[in-house]
Amino acid sequence: MHIEHIDEHFNNRNVTEMNSDYYLVGIEDYPTDNWGRFKRVIKRSFRGELFVGLWVVMREMIRFDIHTVKYPEEKMPIGPRYRAIHQMKRLWESDAERCIGCGLCEKICISNCIRIETKLDASSRKEVSEYSINLGRCIFCGYCAEVCPELAITHGGEYENASDQREHFTMYQDMLTPLDMMRAGTQLEFEGFGSITPHEDERVKKTPLAY
Amino acid sequence: MEMAYLIETVIKIVVILLIFSALAGIGTYFERKVLAFMQRRLGPMNVGPFGLLQVAADGVKLFTKEDIVPTNVVARVFKIAPVITAATAFMAAAAIPFLPSFTLFGYEVHPIVADVNIGILYILGIMGVGLYGPLLAGMASANKFSLLSAARGAAVFISYEVITGLSILAPIMMVGSLSLIDFNAYQAGGITSWILWSQPVAFVLFWIAAFAETGRTPFHLIANDHEIIDGFGTEYSGMRWGLFFIGEYANMFFISFVISIIFLGGYGDGSFLGALGLLGKVAFFFFFFLWTRAAWPDVRPDQLMWLCWKVLMPIAVLNILITAIVMM
Repeated sequence: MHIEHIDEHFNNRNVTEMNSDYYLVGIEDYPTDNWGRFKRVIKRSFRGELFVGLWVVMREMIRFDIHTVKYPEEKMPIGPRYRAIHQMKRLWESDAERCIGCGLCEKICISNCIRIETKLDASSRKEVSEYSINLGRCIFCGYCAEVCPELAITHGGEYENASDQREHFTMYQDMLTPLDMMRAGTQLEFEGFGSITPHEDERVKKTPLAY
Repeated sequence: MEMAYLIETVIKIVVILLIFSALAGIGTYFERKVLAFMQRRLGPMNVGPFGLLQVAADGVKLFTKEDIVPTNVVARVFKIAPVITAATAFMAAAAIPFLPSFTLFGYEVHPIVADVNIGILYILGIMGVGLYGPLLAGMASANKFSLLSAARGAAVFISYEVITGLSILAPIMMVGSLSLIDFNAYQAGGITSWILWSQPVAFVLFWIAAFAETGRTPFHLIANDHEIIDGFGTEYSGMRWGLFFIGEYANMFFISFVISIIFLGGYGDGSFLGALGLLGKVAFFFFFFLWTRAAWPDVRPDQLMWLCWKVLMPIAVLNILITAIVMM
């Protein structure tokens, strides 16, 4: 049924058929004799379309409804799922970095711009010793943020990242949430796909101790 | 020749040159602002209050830019072409009475450089010479777009010279003089004695032709950006290109003065109010040039020629005939 419907709308483009959505725009035939051409000239000359155009732009000038965004001072709001410079998040509980060094982001990165090196620390836990994103190569596809199991790497809204040094495009420290921001409790959580919904902790089932 | 007359004339020339070069710059500012407002934009805003100093910034940029003369151009012609455009525009101003005569420090000043008795003929002739600017620039540029623009320029200028001349002939027959001051005196009786009321057809024809003569938007074919880049100006840079620009805008101001004086009574009886009135009319005509640029599309070159030879010229000739019959 559904396919038939689509079929009807996409294949029945014959304007002569009844019940068709397509119709001819009403264009008069071109005049063939000189008298007809002369009449067309007179009609076009005195129809006053030129004055309609003049009035429209004058109306806009008087109305003064300016649509300009004065960019460096004003900025357009961007959506929470906008994919600009990455942010590395910290844990709310301990201020430690959320990244567990699983390397999924490095693996999935299609432009090969993420480089991650890990080692085992003194207590045999995995520790990220080197993490860099070459933003000069990054195409901001968002796969790294999507694949991250810990919501440790997300995209932020910072899109003004012009620089005259390529090295500036790889700074991990710039992407990591600063500690004073954590203390002030102002780390912004990613609100897009895969993020934790509000009141998530009320629905968490604790692992029974019997295990 | 008296020394005082000579000094007075030189001072007038310098004042006109300075004022209209500056006005050409400010004209670009107004053009950008008016176009922006009509398209719901703000226009220049950052240099100075409301972007007013944008003109100065542009001027500095033009003057300090490298002056490039490309390899294959005919250098001598290439260099002199922009000077022709600017010079003819300002030469035409010599026969235009910009204001009524006034007394300054007990000395009567006539704000016209040379009140020649063939003023209109002189202005039309000099504007005809102005054709050589785009024509020589386009032919010397070694660029096919420039060449196209030169050919279009020659066709448009020569065709619309006819309309300008014929349309203005009927008012000349009524006034019986070619001096713009006589035209002004003929209409000194106030708004009812304007030639606009007795020669409305000539007014409209002259106005249409003015758009072609200055190369403004409905007939902006000589430098039609989307077809032939900047036309004859494509290969120019720096102040040479700036001279074309100054010439174009000065021409717009001067043709606005000419329309206002011939058809709309000029400065009337010569009072202060009359002088203000003349400036107001000129401002309106200049604004109309910008207004149409925001509102109207360009016509095709063949339509332009069609309009000139098959519509406007017959109407102009008929207008002269009817005027002659009525005057007899």
